[in-house]
Order: sequence, then structure tokens, then C-alpha cells
Amino acid sequence: MTEAGTQDAPPAPDRVRRSGRWVFVTGVGLLVAWVLVPIWLLLANALSAPAEVTAFPRSIIPSFDTASLEFFFGFRGVLDALWNSIQVASVTMIVAIGLGAPAGYALSRFDFPGKEAFRFLVIMTRAFPLPLLALPLAVMFIRTGLDDTILGLALVHATLALPFAVLITFSLFSGIPVELEEAAWTLGCTRLQAVIKVVLPLAAPGIAASAVFAFVISWNEVFAAAVLTIENRTLTAFLLQSLDVSPLHLKFAGGAALVIPALLFIFAVRKYLFAMWGIANR
Amino acid sequence: MAEIRIKGVAKDFGTFTALHDVDLTIADREFMVLLGASGCGKTTLLRIIAGLETATKGEVWIGDRRVDQLPPRERGIAMVFQNYAVFPHLTVFENIAFGLRMKRMPQAEVTRRVTRTAELMHIEQLLKRYSGQLSGGQRQRVAVARALAMEPEVILMDEPLSNLDALLRLEMRAELKGVLAGSNTTTIYVTHDQVEAMSLADRISVMNGGKIVQAAGPVEVYRNPAARFVGSFIGNPPMNFLSASPAGAGQWQVGGQVFAGPEAPAAEFAIRPEDLHPSDTGLPAEVRVVEPLGPHTLVTATVAGQPFRAVIDSTLVPRPGDVLHLAPMADRIRWFNPETQKAL
Repeated sequence: MTEAGTQDAPPAPDRVRRSGRWVFVTGVGLLVAWVLVPIWLLLANALSAPAEVTAFPRSIIPSFDTASLEFFFGFRGVLDALWNSIQVASVTMIVAIGLGAPAGYALSRFDFPGKEAFRFLVIMTRAFPLPLLALPLAVMFIRTGLDDTILGLALVHATLALPFAVLITFSLFSGIPVELEEAAWTLGCTRLQAVIKVVLPLAAPGIAASAVFAFVISWNEVFAAAVLTIENRTLTAFLLQSLDVSPLHLKFAGGAALVIPALLFIFAVRKYLFAMWGIANR
Repeated sequence: MAEIRIKGVAKDFGTFTALHDVDLTIADREFMVLLGASGCGKTTLLRIIAGLETATKGEVWIGDRRVDQLPPRERGIAMVFQNYAVFPHLTVFENIAFGLRMKRMPQAEVTRRVTRTAELMHIEQLLKRYSGQLSGGQRQRVAVARALAMEPEVILMDEPLSNLDALLRLEMRAELKGVLAGSNTTTIYVTHDQVEAMSLADRISVMNGGKIVQAAGPVEVYRNPAARFVGSFIGNPPMNFLSASPAGAGQWQVGGQVFAGPEAPAAEFAIRPEDLHPSDTGLPAEVRVVEPLGPHTLVTATVAGQPFRAVIDSTLVPRPGDVLHLAPMADRIRWFNPETQKAL
């Protein structure tokens, strides 16, 4: 009994603190590695000569040889796919913000029946797995002639990006005091003029951030792109298609070409994305 | 001419009634203060006049125009908000010029008006700054200048000084009074601060529970409260109220003394704390707390078991437990109906 008693005694507080700290550091280290190691491998391989990529054992320090990247960008179809990606992402961005920002404004400024339900449903759209929707969509697109077009794919991507556009702009507009608009009304503005002269200038950086986010969603999306396009493939769909047949260094270069712009964009607008989560968690 | 007439204005928020059939006329160039505790409907009434809120029923007239169906921009008003509402993306100059530019005024006139109002509010050296570079007091000056530059018929102010610290509030109060007296506008000013109301107003509308209890000049509101609420809300310390029992026709017994009062089935006796002076025949007040304030001393006591406060000369130094005899000045005694709470 006495022995069991001593074993059950709580460990000294500083020992608890030390092991707690150890768990914390390990956890952070694992999470950081989880994100950074693949990116590092991608970069290291993309910036190595083709021969080095397949060599064993290989150095994890890149040799800064651009042969792989040059080969990738010279590969037939890559530049077309890249251009398609940019076009689709741009249209997605315009549609998502064009529809999302007014919806976000309405959510932040007006009380209407079903407002909470609407906010919930906006997020719910993300609950439907895209593969489930892809086949009926493909059939519908073929019937309407939207299949294999930039606009058709951009519409699908816009539906993916729209919930985020609505929620980010909702949080942005909610952060702008309504008194500023009211002051503008008393100073001679209509509702629309007040939005244009007062609200939009203040929300502009955030709206730009939310536009960039919509761009990245489209840029990274592969499933719908692969199903709905044949001739006009985006870069992701193109890479997926040629994954089996292309050499390893080409895959790495393609991966890097996809990931790096997306990473930079997201990094640039991270402040606004955090704001969105803050609102979504409420 | 910008006389404001409010006729039977009511406002419901769902099941809550914020305003009950308010009628009020504010004369041209009058400085009207809406005074009341938070939630009494004063800000709602102001926002209905501004057009930022729509009344459930009733009419609002400014001059000879009915405005309650018009948007704020067509009402000929300017408004100063509690949190200033200075546009952060514009310079002070552009903030003041905002309304003038909406009217497509020529640049020369814009510059003239901005310069003039900025000088009036002593912010001419701040014109190139943004609101983030201004203190609270400076922002408030910009907000007032922006309203004045419109040269409106009516200026509406929603607790404009309540976010400023005490010293600044005093300074701005005097300045506002001077500036607005020099302009030709009708002013409606919302506040919960009775000192602010007394010092600024031509007339005060005391509000309670969505109704205007009394609308009169500051001294009248102070001396002759129309209802018990006004007496207890205005004045620091507030009016004293003591129960009275009938002692013959028009005679009432209060705290062991008999006073001449109204002929009524029931009445409540009221007197302001400073309208008392020590006298052997006065009301017996058992002293509880003594607070010397310099020029005078505040005494908290009980008379016949009811709380009672007196402001007496500071040469008199009572101690807790003493019994002071305080005689009310006969012409300052007021009587209220305990049922309706109205003045008798």
C-alpha cells in the first residue's frame, strides 16, 4: 500500500513543466516538419539537375541547376496549361468577388429572416464532395456546351471559392463601423454612394486578399479541372494527366511551379484569412 | 426657418416599444437637449429625425416640409456621432469637404468653407492629417467642423462629448455653445449628462421610458419638475422626497412638522437639498454621513426613517449621529401626486 502510495504521488512541479515543454516543442516541431519537409523536397528536387533527382544517395541541398525547370517549361502543352490556369483562376476571382462581396455586405449590414441559416448553408456547400457533383455537372455542361471551356470550369471553381469570399468580406464589412456609412448618408450620399466612397476604400485591401484567395483555390483545384476539361486543361489537370508518363524531375518541377505561387499568395493575405476563421468560429 | 415638429412619433423594436407617441416642437434656432438615462429613447428619437431610423408611426416636419419619408441626405440636416465617425481614409480637409463635394460645390467655395470652419474649431493646423493621427478631442472637432461646413438648417448631436475625458469635455462644452450660438442652426443634442444639458440648452426635454416627461428651460426643469422622475433625475444630489399625511384642508404633516400644501387626496413632499437651512423649527434629520466639499458640505441623513440629503454651509460641522433641524425654504417646496407621480 505504502509503495503504491509513493508511486501515485504527483511528480515534482518542475518535472511536469519540463515534460510539458518537451511535448510542446515536439508537437510544434512535428507540425512544422509536416508542412515544410515536402515543400523543401519539392524545391530541392526542382532546383536540381535531372540526373541528380534520380541518383541515390542524393544530397538534400539543391544544386541550383535550372535544367529541370527549363525542361518543364519547354515541355509541350505546359505553357498552354499554365495560361489556361491563369485564365480560369482570374474568371473565378472575378465571379467569386463580384457575387461574394455584395453577399458579405448584406450579411453584415442587414437583418433578414434566415440570415443565420444562410451563413450556415454557405459553409455547408463545402460539405458536398466534388466527385459526387462532377458527373452530373459534366453531363449538364456537355448539354449546355460549357464543357471543356474556361468559363465552365471557372463557374465550378467560383462555387468552391464563393463561401470563402462571402465569409471574408462579411468579416471585413462588419469591421467597418456602420456610423461611417450613416455619416456619409447625412452628408449627402445615397446608400450606394456611401459604399463606393467610404466602405470600399476601407475594405479594399481585404477584398484584394479575398480575391487572391479565390485565385489560389482555382489555381490548386485538380478534380473538377481533370473531369471537365479535355483540350483546355489547366496546369493541375495537365500534370495529373501526364503524371504516369513524365519523368520524375518533370513532376517535381511542375509541383514547384504550382505550389510556389500559391504559397506566396497565401502568405501575402494570411492576415485576412485569420480574420475569416475568427468570424467562422463565432 | 427650420422649426422641427414631431407629431405622434412612435417606434417599436419587435415587441419592445422604444417611443410612445412623442409630440415635440423645437423652435427655429433653438438649442434643444434630449436628456435621459440610457434606454429612454432619446437616441432613437434623434435617429428618427435624422432619417437613420424609420418611425413605426407619426410625422416629422422640418420647416414646412414633411421629412419622415425622405432619406437623410434630403432632410437638410448634419449629424455629429458619439464615436466621431471621421472617415479614416480621408484627410481632415477632405473629411470636412466631404458633404460639400457631394453637393458639387466649386473648389473655391469648398476651400473657403473648410478653412473657415477649421479655424472656428481650431484645427486649421491639422488639415493634412488623417484621423489615425488625431486625438479623441481633435477627432470630435473634425466631426463638428464637418457638420458646420454643410451650413445645415439642423444639427443633430448624439452624445458628442461622452467619449472625451472630463477636462476636455468641459472645454469642448463651452466651445460648442459659443460656436453653435454663432451659427443659424436649430440644434438637437442628446445626452445623459444633466450638467451638460443644463449648461447648453435653451430647452431640455427630459425623457423616460420612451416618453417626454417635461420640455422646458433648464431653470424651470430644475425648479419646477413636472414629475417626480424629473426631480430625482436632475440635480446632484437629487431632490428629496418625503411622505406626507393629511393634517386638515391643505395642510400636510411631514417629518413631524406641518406645511401648507395643495388640496388633494394624497401628496408627496419634495425639496432640493440646497433649499434647506438650519433652524430650530426645521425637520429633524439624523445625520449619517458628512462630506465636506469645500464651499459647502453634503449631509446624508434620515428624516422619519426616509433618506434625506442636505447641502449646508461648510462652517457648520455636524457629526454622524447628530440631529440637525433643517427648515425648507417655503417657496421652494414642491408637491407630487404619489399615484400619477405628476406635480401638484
